[in-house]
Amino acid sequence: LTVVAGSIPQKKPLRVRLRRDATVLSFLAPALIGIAVFFLYPLVSAVYFSFTKFDLLSVPQWVGLDNYKRMGEDPYLIQSVRNTLWMVVVFVPVRIVSAIGLAMLLTQLRRGASFFRTIFYLPALAPPVAATIAFVYLLKPGTGPVNTFLAHIGIQGPLWFNSPAWAKPSLVLLGLWAIGDLMVIFLAGVLGVPATLYEAAALDGANAWHRFRYVTIPTIEPVILFAAVTGIIYTLQYFDQAAVAGSIASGQATVGAGISQNFGFPEGSTFTYPLWLYTVGFRYNALGYANAMAVVLFVVAFAVTVFLLRRSRAFSGEES
Amino acid sequence: MNKRIPHALLAVGVAALLASACTPASKQNHVADPGTQVSGTVELWHFFTEREANAIESVVKDFESTHPNITVTIKSGQDDSKVTQAIGAGKGPDVGLSYSTDIVGKFCSSGAWVDLTQYITRDKVDLNKLNATTRQYTQFDNKRCAMPFLADAYGLYYNKDLFAKAGIAGPPKTLDELTADAKKLTVKNPDGSLKTVGFLPLFDFYENAAAHLAPAVGAKWLTDDGKSAIAADPAWKALLTWQKSLVDWYGYDNLQKFRASLGDEFSGDNAFQKGQVAINVDAEYRLAFIKDQAPALKYGVAALPTTDPARYGAGYVTGNIVGISKNAKNPEAAWELIKYLTTNDTAIVKLANLIKNIPTTTASLADAGLQDDPDFKPFLDIFANPNSSTTPPSASGPAYQETFGTFLTSWQAGKVKDLDAGLADADKKVNNVMTLGG
Repeated sequence: LTVVAGSIPQKKPLRVRLRRDATVLSFLAPALIGIAVFFLYPLVSAVYFSFTKFDLLSVPQWVGLDNYKRMGEDPYLIQSVRNTLWMVVVFVPVRIVSAIGLAMLLTQLRRGASFFRTIFYLPALAPPVAATIAFVYLLKPGTGPVNTFLAHIGIQGPLWFNSPAWAKPSLVLLGLWAIGDLMVIFLAGVLGVPATLYEAAALDGANAWHRFRYVTIPTIEPVILFAAVTGIIYTLQYFDQAAVAGSIASGQATVGAGISQNFGFPEGSTFTYPLWLYTVGFRYNALGYANAMAVVLFVVAFAVTVFLLRRSRAFSGEES
Repeated sequence: MNKRIPHALLAVGVAALLASACTPASKQNHVADPGTQVSGTVELWHFFTEREANAIESVVKDFESTHPNITVTIKSGQDDSKVTQAIGAGKGPDVGLSYSTDIVGKFCSSGAWVDLTQYITRDKVDLNKLNATTRQYTQFDNKRCAMPFLADAYGLYYNKDLFAKAGIAGPPKTLDELTADAKKLTVKNPDGSLKTVGFLPLFDFYENAAAHLAPAVGAKWLTDDGKSAIAADPAWKALLTWQKSLVDWYGYDNLQKFRASLGDEFSGDNAFQKGQVAINVDAEYRLAFIKDQAPALKYGVAALPTTDPARYGAGYVTGNIVGISKNAKNPEAAWELIKYLTTNDTAIVKLANLIKNIPTTTASLADAGLQDDPDFKPFLDIFANPNSSTTPPSASGPAYQETFGTFLTSWQAGKVKDLDAGLADADKKVNNVMTLGG
């Protein structure tokens, strides 16, 4: 009988283990400190302040669940949730479908593909505030170039950002214009689909739609999932474009004292959840309530992400 | 039990403790004895930029020449949120100058700005030399934590060419006259759309905020105990009924289409400056815009029309405010600077001329240079009118005004069928939102 060396694990001396742990920790330290200071601390602070009445200037007063209880009776919160949900349900799928469509078109180009990829990507580089200002002026009813052009061909253009019915669709149009970031990701995904799969499908008699439906889509499913998760999180935090569009369209673009009085213009149609959060926090000095709203937003984004990831595993048949 | 759970709970507990520890603590300020020599450096944060910032700098230089032991460090372009965060973090400026009276409630009640009464009493500053309305918006709950630094008064601008064309002799003095004039001045395109509007009555158009129109009817915002007074005050109902009848005459959709074609309020495309709107509510600062952007415009300035002739001449008054941070490093020198900027008539007149705002002391209001300007004078009169009013400070800032503003957009759009019930509901919402903060 022979004993194979090393078959019985030998416990290393404490000194060696401590040195190893210290080495590991020293390498991890920068990242751990960063996570603790810039993620964990703000997150736990937000949770703590959500149970308080706090105005940033006075000592917070513990109010238990009061802030959370009040959220159910807040009519402006309900309105902002409705608008944000509309954006999630419409904006996210429209952007994903459009980005996939654009990526597919660009893969079909035989000439000038790089040029068009650059052209379609460029708007994504424009700062959101500048892009929104430009869009509001392009879509300005009466004097804007879009409605002027539509009038030339006999169509009366809508009021776009000045209409409660058209304001959110106008924001979607703005989002579509700056679709380049998503388009590039899908382009990489589509170009990564093995040609052999398309060849095998073609041999089986699959037409273009079948190849797209049964080859492209399943192969790029992780990319779609990524786009959906990041898109939903982004839309739940939709702030800049809604704030700027409302202010400019109202004709009272200003800074300082009146900065939030036109949030949601017209008639509350662009009033998103983060706009209300900002308003109660920094205009009405209710930082405790604003923190409760932020915590709920975090929980919702987290839950949606977990839900999507689980659904995706179920679809792909993976267990883990 | 998972071993990680206690560790995680411990980490969360530590972070929560840190969060609660890193919150502002109160600090008691003690004033020096009378006659104490004041010296050192004062940091002044203000929101002005460019031309107006130069005006501040010029007056501060005058202060330094008369107070050689005090040096002032100026930081321009600092808005309220920066000041709030700095004070919250324990690094507030010695002196903060804000554009908004909306912060007075919060800054006074939280102690973010110190109570100035002790300095005022010690130095025997006579507050009666300040305009009465400015005294109201610089204190909260009998705590004076701010002093007025120039003011704005709101009146009516009217286009003299369009008035002459419509055969109207002078500005309207009652709301009924305003309605009649607005109708006469309105011109339509051949397709029925609006070409020129006499008076655009939408509450969210330019400066047509409820706060600015409230003095026309003498409407009251809050009760003495800080609750909404909107539903109980018949003046609001009168204002809203008048406004809606004019909106209906134009047609809400027509007004929205017309408004959508207009330029931005603070650009050269301002609808009044371009002659697209004949009568407009605005403040004295519009004078400088017109001089710069539409020098050829022939216009007149008058007080707001009212329901009660006895109230004619009144208007909305607001202004800039200045105070000392609770964590000021040199509060005594800070007070010297504030005292100079808000009570020295020479300094105030100089600032009023440079920035084109209303001066706030009785003596500076009587300055011949300001009184001789025929366009500026009506605003001085509105400012001095005893019926002029302001929006009361609240610990929740402008929450009550903006919540009511949301109701008004529904009202003018025709979405409120029963005004009494709507106002009662607005009351509830205002009271609810006001208890969120503060």
